[in-house]
Amino acid sequence: MSPKNVLHLLALGCTSLFASAGVDAQQAPAAAHREQAADQQVLHALNRLAFGPRPGDVQRVRAMGLDQWIDQQLHPERIPDSKVQQVLARYPTFGRQENALLQQYADAQRDRRQIRADSGASMSRQDSIVLRQRGEQLRGVVTDLQSAKVARAVASERQLQEVMTDFWFNHFNVFIRKGGPQPFYMRSYEQGIRERSFGKFRDLLGFVAKSPAMLFYLDNARSMADSGQPTAASIAMQTRMNAPGRRRARQNPAPRPQQQQAQRRRQGLNENYGRELLELHTLGVDGGYTQQDVIEVARALTGWTIRQPQEGGGFIFRPVMHDAAPKTVLGRRLAGGRGIEDGEQVLDIVARHPSTAPYIATKLARRFVSDTPSTALVDRAAATFTRTDGDIREVVRTIIDSPEFFSASAYRSKVKSPFEVVVSAARALGAEPDPTPRTAGAIALLGQPLYAHQAPNGYPETGGAWINTGSILNRINFGLAAAAGRLPGVSVATSPFDAQLATAQREQQVDAVVSALLGGSVSPDTRAILLSGDHPMIASGAVERAAQQSQMAEPEESMEPMQPRRAAARNMVLGRPGEIPRLQGLAQIIGLALGSPEFQRR
Amino acid sequence: MQRRVFVKSGALALVTLGLSPSFLRRTAFGAELVGTQKGKTLICLFQRGAADALNLVVPHGEQAYYAMRPSIAIPRPSARGTGSAIDLDGFFGLHPALAPLKPLYDQKLLAPIHAVGSPSATRSHFDAQDYMETATPDRKGTPDGWVNRLLAVEGTCDECKAPSAFRGVAMSSQTPRAMQGPAETVAMNSIEQFTIRAAGAQTERLEALYRTGSADLVHGAGREMFEAVEMLRAANPQRYQPRNGAEYPRTEFGRRLLQIAQLIKADVGMEVAFADIGGWDTHVNQGGSTGQLANRLDDFARSIAALVTDLGDKMDDVVILTMSEFGRMARENGNRGTDHGHAGAMFAIGSAVRGGKVHGKWPGLEREQLFEGRDLALTTDFRAVFAEVASGHLGASKLGEIFPGYGERKSEWVGLL
Repeated sequence: MSPKNVLHLLALGCTSLFASAGVDAQQAPAAAHREQAADQQVLHALNRLAFGPRPGDVQRVRAMGLDQWIDQQLHPERIPDSKVQQVLARYPTFGRQENALLQQYADAQRDRRQIRADSGASMSRQDSIVLRQRGEQLRGVVTDLQSAKVARAVASERQLQEVMTDFWFNHFNVFIRKGGPQPFYMRSYEQGIRERSFGKFRDLLGFVAKSPAMLFYLDNARSMADSGQPTAASIAMQTRMNAPGRRRARQNPAPRPQQQQAQRRRQGLNENYGRELLELHTLGVDGGYTQQDVIEVARALTGWTIRQPQEGGGFIFRPVMHDAAPKTVLGRRLAGGRGIEDGEQVLDIVARHPSTAPYIATKLARRFVSDTPSTALVDRAAATFTRTDGDIREVVRTIIDSPEFFSASAYRSKVKSPFEVVVSAARALGAEPDPTPRTAGAIALLGQPLYAHQAPNGYPETGGAWINTGSILNRINFGLAAAAGRLPGVSVATSPFDAQLATAQREQQVDAVVSALLGGSVSPDTRAILLSGDHPMIASGAVERAAQQSQMAEPEESMEPMQPRRAAARNMVLGRPGEIPRLQGLAQIIGLALGSPEFQRR
Repeated sequence: MQRRVFVKSGALALVTLGLSPSFLRRTAFGAELVGTQKGKTLICLFQRGAADALNLVVPHGEQAYYAMRPSIAIPRPSARGTGSAIDLDGFFGLHPALAPLKPLYDQKLLAPIHAVGSPSATRSHFDAQDYMETATPDRKGTPDGWVNRLLAVEGTCDECKAPSAFRGVAMSSQTPRAMQGPAETVAMNSIEQFTIRAAGAQTERLEALYRTGSADLVHGAGREMFEAVEMLRAANPQRYQPRNGAEYPRTEFGRRLLQIAQLIKADVGMEVAFADIGGWDTHVNQGGSTGQLANRLDDFARSIAALVTDLGDKMDDVVILTMSEFGRMARENGNRGTDHGHAGAMFAIGSAVRGGKVHGKWPGLEREQLFEGRDLALTTDFRAVFAEVASGHLGASKLGEIFPGYGERKSEWVGLL
């Protein structure tokens, strides 16, 4: 360790329980510019490129070699992951094709309309039971999706792929409670993102642009040429009518059903997706586009819509809805008379626009390195993006290989999102994936209901947005509940710890918990607080509170005899007594560790 | 020095001592504070997603309104009533779902402000909310929200010996942008959940974990939390149940306003409360007198009416201000909805408000009167309303610091108070 690093660690007040020796010094060719100690690097990588370490992960990564592990994680297809498939099979709606669920939804909607029409105000009991049962089946779709997301993050061996899937889903956020068929578009949407999460940005963008989930969420499915504009269909018909020698042209005068349907509705442009495509998905809000660009992009994407559920519900381009007049997008002229290629060209333009590379690079650097990534890091990542035509794997590799990634200032500098808090706790405690919706429910209570961020900008990435008095309180309460064994799939009494640990000395218990939950190193103060009830901070706090208590509190019922100081502290019971988990020994230390400031960071 | 400023200044060595004298003084006075606060409260209600101002406060005297909104316009007021606009002054009317607010208008407690909003031309929800919450349109680098700046530079309660932890309360799981910044604020989902579920000794240990260590974001928020929890436990706001027959809707928004009322009645020293209500981004099938927007307005209006009823005489010390990031296009779109627009409308409610009148200059809806030929034009900067309320109601004097680049500009105030 260089003197500079030693100083930095001292400044942080940290003591490392790991000896720096014993790690293969030559494992990393890039290690020369890594400021973090070797053991810190392993933990750091598991906290940033995975959802935190499980029991034994540190040793496994160390044995494999950190760089080999990183390389493997960058190639998820090389990592066997059969266990996750078994876990997913436990969620009932995952056993059925999403198309079939969509069809069922459409049938239910039709039946509902039929029943309403037939029965007027008075619906028969039987009918209302049928409708309610269908509603419950469909609700299962949402909770299964949420539970499966947690289960993958907890149990998948392809950790970085899950991190990237989470990142890109959030980047291309859709809201599961938009209404209508939205829940039935989500599973394939996320899977498509997962499969492209290390691919070319343009492919990912194109997948999203054609996904029913996004087309429905941002209303592009409903956007069509304003009345008066020539449509691709009308131009095609005109061409056929006018073309010499095209005798068959007149044989098709009757409008097709979809044309009739489109004509029934009033025509009109919807800018919603066009705007977010520029503002949130590619150029960024300061990326240099105008309101006119938004309109032109929206026009280019008219006709990109969704088949009816009865027809399978997938993407379809409908020429009758497409505005075929010429357009100018970001200074590039799109000729008139075209169809789906308008939208494809727009996606080409925005994916390769000079503002897109730094915008995407900034978001990735913020995710992986720091809330305030340096310009130098963003520039390098953006350069890779441009050089490789948006090869995401290479951009991520540039970020991981940067000196900033393993810098001392990056260590534990990111604040965990609620999802990361809960998943990292489950992993650290060796949890089995939860077959119930309870774990996902805990994440929602902490402020991050999954798939349920209403706005297209996704959940925040920076710590300031997640940390406030209320959120710290909820995180502490989550930690206490988890320590009390309320987190499904976790048996705190034993797992991940040796059975004998339950009866071991407190010092050994603290060491084990610090190792499993806090990365092996905590400040001396934290260690003292975990070890005993005699830390000066605790004593003085109790005295102060006891003084306060005597001034203002109603008398509380008497408790079992205890030391005066402890009695004063116990009188400060907060909340309803029935809800307070009694934590003893090891579980108490786990509750403290999960609620500690250190655990809120990664 | 305020403790929060002290913590955030990064004076590591001092903070790691944990028990600074100011901390001791602070918690001791925290107990005394209960029942002695005589301050004013501002309740900010943010309609996220851009509420359609033209269907909230309907310009039924404008022919152009009906021409541009063939399927979603609110019909002109009529004696037979249901489903038509509720007339206010012969030109404007309330959406029928806002009927619960009409008595407040008649009692001169409520004032709509029309054609008000941000001078920024952005039609991005996120930018526009950011600009409104920082009160710096077109300036994205502003680190703190306007509510937080107000709390940071002003003390509105001269007789208080120490500031309350609850000066700024957001009834939400995340601190809204308007409340982010150096002054101490609290975000909570509910009063009930704002407690540590641990036995005393365990709580003491947890608190010690946050009182030691560096003065970073996480530690700072933790320390504030432990103090706030204790103070709220002592004040016990939940003993206050709705009065005067107030009936809050059983909705998220209704529940939040009920709890804001409880905090006001418990005198925890709350100067600004903040709550959100979403669902206003009505691009598709917005509906007219009934439908999507009407359903949101029903929740909105009944919740606010219940809050005013519940607070009763306390409305002498309270101003409620509603806001939304921008309005929506004057013309309906192809999906019987409305796309993002420009100027919007606000409501101000309170005994101090000059109610019973629609404030603001009406720009008209003829094509040449519209902003960029499509949206309601702006005649009142939202900062003029914020500044007037901050000054007139909360007694703020440092408007130049609260509204950087804008300042006082009394000439732009609409005469709301």
